[in-house]
Parts: sequence; structure tokens; C-alpha cells
Amino acid sequence: MSIADIPVESAGALRADRREARREVLRELVRRPLFIVGSLIIVFWIICALFPSLIATQDPYAQNLLNINQPPSSAHRFGTDSLGRDMFSRVIYGARDILVIAPLATLLGTVLGTALGLVMGYLRGITDDVTSRFVEAFLALPVVVTSLIVITALGPSSLTLIVVIGVLFAPLIARTVRAAVLQERSLEYVAAARLRDERAPYIMFVEILPNVMAPVMVEFTVRLGYAIFAVATLSYLGFGLQPPSPNWGLEVSQNFVQVTAGFWWEVLFDALAIASVVIAVNLVSDSVERVLEQ
Amino acid sequence: MSTAAAPAPPAGEPGAPGDALSVQNVDVAYTVRGKRRGVLHDVSFRVARGESYGLVGESGCGKSTMALAVVRYLARNGSVTKGGITVDGRDVLAMSGAELRKLRANTVAMVYQEPGRALNPSIRVGRQVAERFEVSGMARAQAVDRSLEMLQKVRIADPASVMNRYPHQLSGGMLQRVVIAIALAAQPSLLILDEPTTALDATVEAEVLDLIVALREELSTSLLFISHNLGVVSRMCDRVGVLYAGELVEEGPAQAVFHDPRHPYTVGLLRCIPRRDTLKARRALDTIPGSLPEPGASPAGCIFADRCGLAEHRCRVEAPPLYTAGSHHRSRCHLHERAQLLPRATPAEAASTAERTGSDGTLIRATSVSKTFRVAGQAIHGLTDVSFELRSGETLGLVGESGSGKTTLARVLLGLTAPDPGAQITLAGAALPESADKRTRDQRKAVQIVFQNPDSALNRRHSVRRLISRSLSRLGGYRGQALLERLSTLIKEVRLSDRHLDMRPVQLSGGLKQRVAIARAFAGDPQVVVCDEPTSALDVSVQAAILNLLTDLQRREQVSYVFISHDLGVVRYLADRIAVLYLGRLMEVGSAERVFSGPHHPYTEALLSAVPTLDQADRERIRLEGEIPSAAHPPSGCVFHTRCPRRLGPICDEIEPPLAEREPGHTIRCHIPIEELSSLQLGPQDAGVAPARG
Repeated sequence: MSIADIPVESAGALRADRREARREVLRELVRRPLFIVGSLIIVFWIICALFPSLIATQDPYAQNLLNINQPPSSAHRFGTDSLGRDMFSRVIYGARDILVIAPLATLLGTVLGTALGLVMGYLRGITDDVTSRFVEAFLALPVVVTSLIVITALGPSSLTLIVVIGVLFAPLIARTVRAAVLQERSLEYVAAARLRDERAPYIMFVEILPNVMAPVMVEFTVRLGYAIFAVATLSYLGFGLQPPSPNWGLEVSQNFVQVTAGFWWEVLFDALAIASVVIAVNLVSDSVERVLEQ
Repeated sequence: MSTAAAPAPPAGEPGAPGDALSVQNVDVAYTVRGKRRGVLHDVSFRVARGESYGLVGESGCGKSTMALAVVRYLARNGSVTKGGITVDGRDVLAMSGAELRKLRANTVAMVYQEPGRALNPSIRVGRQVAERFEVSGMARAQAVDRSLEMLQKVRIADPASVMNRYPHQLSGGMLQRVVIAIALAAQPSLLILDEPTTALDATVEAEVLDLIVALREELSTSLLFISHNLGVVSRMCDRVGVLYAGELVEEGPAQAVFHDPRHPYTVGLLRCIPRRDTLKARRALDTIPGSLPEPGASPAGCIFADRCGLAEHRCRVEAPPLYTAGSHHRSRCHLHERAQLLPRATPAEAASTAERTGSDGTLIRATSVSKTFRVAGQAIHGLTDVSFELRSGETLGLVGESGSGKTTLARVLLGLTAPDPGAQITLAGAALPESADKRTRDQRKAVQIVFQNPDSALNRRHSVRRLISRSLSRLGGYRGQALLERLSTLIKEVRLSDRHLDMRPVQLSGGLKQRVAIARAFAGDPQVVVCDEPTSALDVSVQAAILNLLTDLQRREQVSYVFISHDLGVVRYLADRIAVLYLGRLMEVGSAERVFSGPHHPYTEALLSAVPTLDQADRERIRLEGEIPSAAHPPSGCVFHTRCPRRLGPICDEIEPPLAEREPGHTIRCHIPIEELSSLQLGPQDAGVAPARG
């Protein structure tokens, strides 16, 4: 073999390919027990939201006035409420509202926030200064209180909830994305793009965005936890969907008075359901954050 | 100011009792995802008392792993799987935790590459030095006194005030002195230096190396000196071991290894380095073909056989033992007697480069370019009144220490940084707008850049195909089939292959990444390519290949380069003309030959003298005292007067000398008449070299 046959730099130095890298992230995640626990809980609730009839034992709307306020038993695992409806089935069916509204609201907030963050971080200067002040003003608004006002004005509906929560989350996400963009912006590939006359939108969305996806993913999962909480809170306050639809927050508020009468099961299981989703989402987002940002 | 001391005589026979360090047949492996990967294989060497031993090799050869193994400080997944290590006659591998701590506290000290990371940023420097004494049971007050003494010993001018400062308030060179002071505090019998000056500027590096030489004599400490820089090692070490892919392939006295190498790898490595007599016009640099084998690979024969132009059948089937190749000189090569007959991997013929076709017209003319940055209300003078011209087809080397404004000047040329008002830059006679956004497409594609760090310059989410095609379509205006064809010829020109196209930067080695960046710069048929330290992050063998590629492309495309580098060897090899920057001012501009051979500006003189090279005869070294002044408050008069070894007197402090043409095509900013510079500089040194001109 002559020297000329040897490539200048052979494949020896090549590292694992990109699919391998993605698999590596997944492998890292799966290695974390907390991620597994969180995912299993979320998967369970997603199945409940999609196919509640598979798990629920009874019709959640079926009243049985002869059988009201029954404690948990083999027939009614979580007992019955003041109208004699099966609490277990109501908890299972209740997953749908939250698991539809919260992720959509978070998605909306993430998309808006990422776009805003990219613009602020990339353009900087006066655009950034002005937008940043608006963002800060928005940050001062408490999510639940502001939502209450908007929902009072527009009337409660799933769409209103999604839009309000999404818009209120956007500035929070924008701030994180902006910080990540500022770092990326100083890298030379951005200068190289300017030198070949790329327009700002191309640089922001094609050059920079793929490189800030890690913080965006982390923000999404973190915000999802908050969104679930916000939806549950608004429902509790009566600003979500209206009865008789089963909804964890709503149930807790409706049945709250029954606790004083000793019928604790009418509140406890809904509360536990809310807690389990929020905790599960946080377990997942913690793991994602650790793995992506290590 | 100190002259380098002659190295201590070579240490005694290997095996002499009482070695400071003895490494016998050591294997080190890292366990990665359940698989064990060997990184060092059967490495043996000794460092005698008072001796300075150098380990050289390219990145990934296992140098740092060796250093860590000596103090049992390997990462958790690494372990010494075979062999023995003794320090001061004591078996390191058998030590308990407490003994190990004692060893690290009293017997062995280490200094790493990044001094800033070796110190705690939130504790005052004095406390951190004193702590080192308190560890060995000294009282607080006494420890402070000893710290002062120690800082004085490492030539820190005002130790009392330095002790009160935080690490971030000190320059890199000062920090490295502090780290050395801490390392030497316990009077260790072995000092391990892992690339101690790699992060420092050449002039600072020279000072730190002087200091190490002086302290070593004073304290009779043994050194294990690890570096990729053969020049530094040849200056610092009595004996040298060459590591390749985890094996010690050659060992011997520094003089013998560097001037009479007996292993083809060493031979190849030495040929990759641009020497004083190699110029691009005369010959291409040689390279080492192929790349390092994967860690853990254990071929039946010689580990270097795949990249060796001499390899015979025997080399591939029979692993060579360490042959004796001279007195104390050993080589792990069956053909050690013929090692220097290694055929060139790259043809030498490059002579036609010199013949530039076309006119020698001025391509870029920059007039009074200044750039003032405003940081926290303070004016930082990045560039002050820089004027120069770049001719078509030439390479202008831009040299200077960090902070001298090299990169700022490059960014101004590219239109990425707007100069202060009053600057004027023309390209082929037409005014070049300040901002890249305002330039026409032709102007933009005419001036392109190869950045220093390809990791930052290439979007890590884009494939090679996308990275290059995008430039071809935006700058070259190629579409469809034409684009595909041009892409395919362009990647061939930079010696990439089709299979690289679908890879992302992370999958490529440093050299390949830089080739992608070069392809991108050439996508729009540029007239000027700014190369901002394009090889400083690469190993010498890869650097040689990239420099050859740049030369080749220049000859073919008739492009001009502005070549920025702190490595004067590289600049000397590549540049036709050289501009020397100091504190944002041009100190000297002239043809490469004149700037290097002198008479030159005292600053250029100091820069040249600071670089440890392999072929440097022992000549008087000029050292710069002190730090580079802050660009916020540049010194009055000649900005260099605070450090100038040839300062005349008050005139230098008060009046800024003009950048005047002292010889045809050679301008110098200095009050000293050229005849005097000439006699000062050609006097004691280079005695054998005939004066270039009268």
C-alpha cells in the first residue's frame, strides 16, 4: 500500500453519528429512575384522557341518589359523591380537560415565547430594550388573577383558557430563550451567515433556533407543570369548564363542603390526581433538563 | 532578562536507584459504557533526580493520562491495569488514601494548562498560597510570610499587593506564576507540568519558561514536562519521550531525539513544523497521512504501521520492541536505522507558488482605521490609525500578542465591526461600506473568512452538505445541477470526500472541520480570505496539511490572504509581507524576509526571540518585562516604551514615533535609526549569519 492511498484524515477520528447522539440522550433519560416514574404516571393519565372507558368502571355522569356519599368500597373504589356518582370514574374522566388544555396552552406559550426570545436576543438594541420592558411588565401579572379577569370578560371556554395561559407564559419563556440566543449569537457561525447575506429571519429560525432547542424543551416541560396547576386552580375557582363535566379542580371546589361532613374521599382523590400529574411532569422536566444541559 | 541556563547533563543510566519517578510497563484503560479501552500501553520511563523529562505527542496520545496516572488522579472510569509506578522509590499504586494525600501534598506537584481554573476565583491569591503552607502544619502568620517569599521567588514584582487580589484581577502569566508558587511551596521532589504555557502569549510563555528553568536549578526539583510543542520541550528538557497512540515510540536525550530521530513518527512530526528555512515558495510542508487509531485498537504489528511510509510486511505482523538506537536512545521501530529515510507523504514541489500571475495591484487599501470600544463608559482603543494595503495574490501576515487588535482589524475588513468615523477601506479601488449588510453581493463574496475555531464557526446542527451548499447558493449564485457539480469539485479541492457530506461537524475531526470552513470561504470565489488563527487549535500534523491546502488554493485561485497568527513559524512559512501590531497600532510592516531577518522593531525582535524553536542556536534572548498595558489607558509617547528593551530615553515616553519607511517597502515605528537597530540586533546574536544588507 502506498502512502498516496491513505486519505488525508481517515474515518478513524469520526465519532458516533447523530442518530446515535439522539439515542444517547434517550438512554441517559431511561437510566434515570425518576424519569421512568414520571413518564409512567403521565402515560397513565394520557391513556385515561384518550380512552377513559377502558379504565373507568362506570358512567361518570350516572347519578344514583340512593347511593350518595358512600365511602370507598369494592363497588366504588373511590366512593361516591353527593349525587351518588362513582368517584373513581369521575377522576379518570377528569383527566381529559387538564391534559388537553394544559399542553395546548403550554405549546402556544412556547411557540410565542421562543419567537419573541429569538427576536429580542438576535436583534438586540432598541427592539430588545422595548420588548424587554413589556416582557417585564407581563411578568408582574399573576397568571391566575389575570386569567380570572380575562375569563370573566370573555366567558369561560377551553379556547379562552388556552389562549390566556399561553399568552401569559410566553414572556417567561421568551426570557430564557433570549438568554440562550445571546450566547449563540456571539458564535461565529452567525457572523458567517451575515457574511453571506442571510436575512434576519433565516438566521434566527434556521441557524440559531435548532441550537437553542434544548432550553426550549426544558422550558416546555417546566411550564407544562405550571399550566396544569393553573388550569386546575381556575377550574377550582369556577372559571374553567362548567358542571356537570368531571374536572379535578371543579370537583374539588364542588365537593369541598362535603369534607366537613366527613366525606373526604370526594376531594382527596381529585386532589391526588392533580398532585400526581404536576409531580410527574416535574420529574420528567428535571430529568430532561439534567440530560440536555449537562 | 535571564539567559537560559545550559540544561543539566543527561541523567544517569536508566535504572539508577533513587529515581524521582519510575514508570514500568504501565497500561491504563478507561471503561466506557462497559467496554474497556486501553489508552496507554506498556509505557516505561524514568525521571532521575534533578532531571527534566519531556513527554511529547499529539492530542489523544495519552500524555495527560500519564500525568494523572502518576498521582493516581485518573477519572473514575480510568485505572492502571498493569505495571508499576514509583515516586521517590515508593509504590504509588499500592498507596492507601492517606498515603496518597501525603504524596500529593509533599512529594509531587502539578501545574496545568489553565492557571485560571486552578485557582479559586472567590478567594484572594494570598490566602490560596498561604493555604498551601498551612496544609503542612504551618501557623497562619508564618504561612503568610512564606507566601510572600514564594511569590517573590516566582518573580512577582509586588507580591504584597498581588496577595490581596483575586485571581480575575491578574493576567494569565501572573496567574501561572502564582500556580507555580503554590506547586513549589512544599518543595516537591517531582513537578509535573502539563502544557503549562500553552494558554499564554509567546512573550509571557518565554518568561514563564525562564522562571521554571531558574527555579529548577534553585530547588533541584525533577520535572515531568508535557507539551505538544516540540520547541518548548527541546528547550526545557534533558530527555524526551515521544508518545504515539498510548505507546512510547521513542526515547532519548532531547538533542538526539530532535536532531537524529529514530522513529518514523518523530521524523514525520518534525517535518510538519515550519522551520526557518522552509517557505511556502520553496516547498510544501510534509504531513503525516491518516489519523490516530481508535483508542483500544491493538494491531498485531507496529501501531504506527498504517501511517508509515516505510512499513514493511514485518511491521504489520510483529510488534517492534524498544530497540537501542544510540547511547540512551531507544526506538520502537524495526527499521529505526532507516527512520530518517521516511518518504515524504506530500510532494515537496511547490516552487511555482512564487510566480504570481497578473498584476501586483493593490486589492485592499485601508486608511486610518481606528476602533474605539466603549465598555462601562470607558474608551478602549482597539485599533489606532491603522493603514495598510493588501496586494492581489499575496499573503499578509498579521502578528502580535493577544489584545493587540488582530481580530478587530479582521472584523473591520469583513464588515462585522464598524470602525470609528474617518476610516476608509477600498476594495479594488471602490469604497467598501463599513457594514457587511451594506456591501454589494460582489463585495461581500470577495472578502471571506476562515475563523479560528470551527466548532464555533460551523453551525453544529447543519450537515456539511448544507453548510457548503448554502454558501454556494448565497455567494456563488449556484442553483440546481450547477450547485451540485460545484459542491462536488469544491469538496475535492479541500480534500473532503462524499461521505463527509451528510455528517455534522461533531462527527468530524478538527482538521476536517477546518476544511469545511475553508470550503465555505471559497464558495463564492473570494478575492481576499481572512484566516484568523486557522490552525491554532490543531495538531502540528493536521496544521501542516491545512497550511498546504491554503497554499495550494492560493496558487490555484489567485486569492489574497490576511493571515492572523500568534505562531511566528507559521507566519514565516506562509506570509509574503508581515504587519506587526501592538496595542492596536502597527509597529512594523514589511516583506516577510525583512521583518524576520531584521533590522526590525524592538517589539518584533522580542517576539521573535521569545519563540522557542527547534533550530534556534543559543542566542541572547530578549525578554519583555511586565504586562501588556491596558488598551483603555495606552502609554504616552511610543506605546511600547514601557516594555521596550531598547528604550532610548524620554523621547520614547513623550513623542510617538511615526510609522516611517526606513528601507524600501519596510516601515518601522521607532525613534531608533535603522542603522543603529541593525547594529544592535545583528551584533551579538546570529554571529554566523551574514548581515542581510548594509
